[in-house]
Amino acid sequence: SSHEHKLNFRKSKEVCLSYIQDAMLQKQWKRAAEFLTFYIESLEKDFSTEYMGPSEMIWRIGTEILCNHSHSSIKEFNSFIEQMKTLGVKRYLKVCLEHAFHLLCNGLIDEAYQNLSLAESWRFGEQTAVQDKEMKLIQAYRGLLDYYSWSKQKNILLKYGKDGFEDLSVEQEMHSCFRKAAANLKEIIKIPGVWDLFVKSYVDLLEFYGDHHEAHEVLSEYAYNSKFPANPNAHVYFYQFLKRHGASKKSLVSALKILHDIVPSHELMIDFNTMLQKSKKRKKRRLGLEVIFAALDYAGWKENVKAWSCLARQVKQIVLSEKHLDWIMQEWNSRKDWWPAFHFSRYLAKRNWQENESLSYEKALVAGVLLGKDCKYFKYVSHQGCKAQVKRFRTLKKFVNKYSPVYLKISG
Amino acid sequence: RDFHERCAQCSEVNWGLTDGGRFYCRTCHNVTERTREVVSTDIIPNARIQTISKGLRNRQKADEGWEWYVCEGFQLVLKKQAEALEALGVCPQMKDEILCNFWRRYLQKSQQAYCNRPAREAVRALSVCDSSTDVDSEPERPSFLHLLSLSESDGDLQTDCSFASSTGKVSESTSVCSGSVDGSLYLMKNGKEKLRMSMPMTLSFCYMALLWLREPMTLSDLLRFVVEGHIPYLNVYQHFPEKMKLYGLDLKIFCVESWPVYEEVYSKMLELAAFLDLPRFPDITESCFLHPDTLCMKYLMEVNLPDELHNWTCRVVKKVCIGEADFLTLTPGNKSTRKVKYDVLAAAVIVVVLKLLFLLDDHYEWLLSDFAAERNKNNKEGGPYFEFKKWYKVIKCSLDVEQKKLDEERAKYLWRCEKPLFYSVKKKSKVLRRRQMVVNLQSQFGKLSGSVRPAERPNPSSFQLSWSEENTDGTCFHGHSLKGILQEKNGVLTAINPDYWLCTVKLCTEKLCGHLAHYREVDFPQSYHFVLRLFSFLLRIQPSYIHEEVCVIEHKLFNKKLCKKPKYNTGLRK
Repeated sequence: SSHEHKLNFRKSKEVCLSYIQDAMLQKQWKRAAEFLTFYIESLEKDFSTEYMGPSEMIWRIGTEILCNHSHSSIKEFNSFIEQMKTLGVKRYLKVCLEHAFHLLCNGLIDEAYQNLSLAESWRFGEQTAVQDKEMKLIQAYRGLLDYYSWSKQKNILLKYGKDGFEDLSVEQEMHSCFRKAAANLKEIIKIPGVWDLFVKSYVDLLEFYGDHHEAHEVLSEYAYNSKFPANPNAHVYFYQFLKRHGASKKSLVSALKILHDIVPSHELMIDFNTMLQKSKKRKKRRLGLEVIFAALDYAGWKENVKAWSCLARQVKQIVLSEKHLDWIMQEWNSRKDWWPAFHFSRYLAKRNWQENESLSYEKALVAGVLLGKDCKYFKYVSHQGCKAQVKRFRTLKKFVNKYSPVYLKISG
Repeated sequence: RDFHERCAQCSEVNWGLTDGGRFYCRTCHNVTERTREVVSTDIIPNARIQTISKGLRNRQKADEGWEWYVCEGFQLVLKKQAEALEALGVCPQMKDEILCNFWRRYLQKSQQAYCNRPAREAVRALSVCDSSTDVDSEPERPSFLHLLSLSESDGDLQTDCSFASSTGKVSESTSVCSGSVDGSLYLMKNGKEKLRMSMPMTLSFCYMALLWLREPMTLSDLLRFVVEGHIPYLNVYQHFPEKMKLYGLDLKIFCVESWPVYEEVYSKMLELAAFLDLPRFPDITESCFLHPDTLCMKYLMEVNLPDELHNWTCRVVKKVCIGEADFLTLTPGNKSTRKVKYDVLAAAVIVVVLKLLFLLDDHYEWLLSDFAAERNKNNKEGGPYFEFKKWYKVIKCSLDVEQKKLDEERAKYLWRCEKPLFYSVKKKSKVLRRRQMVVNLQSQFGKLSGSVRPAERPNPSSFQLSWSEENTDGTCFHGHSLKGILQEKNGVLTAINPDYWLCTVKLCTEKLCGHLAHYREVDFPQSYHFVLRLFSFLLRIQPSYIHEEVCVIEHKLFNKKLCKKPKYNTGLRK
């Protein structure tokens, strides 16, 4: 039995904390607030030797309660946070940052900006250096908000421009926002990390002012610098940038190749395959086949007509040319054990036919080539299609029948 | 009290003290020339504290507060506690005479006062290192931090070391380390020899005085009143006068950060009684509250058991001879007798009686209860027979509710008060700011709490559970009859239950493991555990203490059987 009859300060605060925790888990905010009032006096014994001391507890719990309690207002929250800021100098910037996040989540952008600016100007001896990371984040977010202002002003200007108006002051402000934003955003993306939003914003700024070179540098750093964590989005951004600026096919392909390696199921794989299929180089076409097969390994693509049509087109082209059947063989080798059940079951045949005729058409073509004209899928769909007197299905049937020996070759 | 001469006029021995400090006979008001040192137990405002012992001492500047000694602080504490006890109904004699005299005797024995060379003298030798800026050059002088770590109590105050250490090296004289003059000395000297005073010991003093006067308050009652806030203990220093500055090492002495522990207060009391060379305490007789017969009655009422059980508790008490004055009365010098914890003893007696009548083996008691229930259903005359099952349900329900309340109270316990504590004057502003913030935050979240927390403490009451016959819902079992479980044999009422199981076949050696018996919940029937838990809650002590006492009583009760047949666990009774 845990009914101890002894009690000391530490134990009673431990117990108190567990009551707070229970109340919070059950969303009983009044009760949590009640017990918090009894926990608060542990601040008077806070000597910051523990991993998470009372002041941090109170900050976190208090924030949670104030966010969720029905009677709490943003004003109360602000006053609470201001007190929390004075509690631990080692945590000052972190509290400021989270305060700003909270304000942003509540749509109070201006207040958030003020807070961030204030925090930016904070200096406290050696603590300033110790909390360097938080400071960078604060500057980065402020930069982001500057970008946001810039963006608004840009839209205003564009609108004015259309209407034939000009506003110098807005333009000047816009440029000043740009300068502030650019300075801060540039700094944060130097640090290895995941900075998608910041990178995008910065690149947007650079592109607007015509500094494509810098934008290119930034994006390629973000994608290819090994110090940065692997981030598929980085490659996507880079690819999109290149495309926007009419880069060579070669560079586009190399950008997407890495994306294929990291995320074979990425939606850009269709574009990639399309690009590769058209290529004159054999290697590229080979890669294209690999890419589209790999994408269709994933459940999310099962009903994607476009993907199936890419595969179907390429497979058909190979069969017709009677060259490179070995490519199909290689790809099919590792898939022949499970693709039939995964894509080409009789159940799926029925469903695809009912739901999406085009899907079933493309799939049927692929199935017919890979599994032969006697496979469940092809048989069902082509039968249905011909019954419904849809022309292309008749064509399909003829095609598969004609090239049925191919299946035998493929299946080894 | 020490004055035992007969009055010259009326030959009575009934002395009092005049304001002038002379003895006068209360019977005939004859004033003698004999005087005694007057010790002011009151703090006279706007004046310096009277010295307790002879000797000169230095006065500090007025604005820095008075010079005060640790024992003066404790004296104040005791005074406050005595006043609180008086407010609870304890007779004034306790405060005015008994406690005073015990305290004076203690001061004398521990050589803090009333003697030729008070231990204080040593303090001056230590505090001579005034302007020394290099602590390391004085190897004998203990560092501030070392002193902080010396006390064996309260781990919490020990962690405050880091707080203190952040102030840097302390190179000033000892007076900066504590508000009291001899704070550092107090922590340094070997407590074992002279029974160093501590906060828990103030309660030992109180209990000792209560016991001397045979007041109707058990130790568990006293400690419960302390926890409930009716007796100053936690934060009692806030009643010190303004000029009596408390900081630094004083905190280690006067600040309490844990509830008083029964065992500790009790054993210190025994040590104290021996240390003071007290004679045999006034006899505990059958008319006393602390006598098992009376206490059993009280507890039986409190746990809602039938009054008829009282006959049985008296029988057991008589049988094992624990109702004798010699057994019950405290004789400090006598080391051979086992000391009596009256509350635990009474509880244990009741447990034994329940075992005798109901067996409490998780089967028999329910069986008996079913018989009683049958009878009650069919026969409404003559009052209900006691049904163990019904009682269990009612009590369990109440116990769970009360336990839950108590658990929440533990979580809600507030340890700090308005008067702030600081280790050094340097930290004062920080501490005050923190305090202010705590108050602000408490107010902010208090408003979000919904209901306003009732600021009152529960009214002090001797009974934690109460039951009334007037309740029509039948939840009061006082008047229920035990007829269903008793039978008459040879003109004597005995229990139907023929069996009994011993909690333990052999008692431990107290010297080796500190206890006579050990308790593990899983080894015993649940009904037994329930009953232990019930009394454990009432007395606020661990079930194992009650269990231990039960074992002792059982061994006395079945002494003969145990000697004859040590192998058997059960035996016929009577």
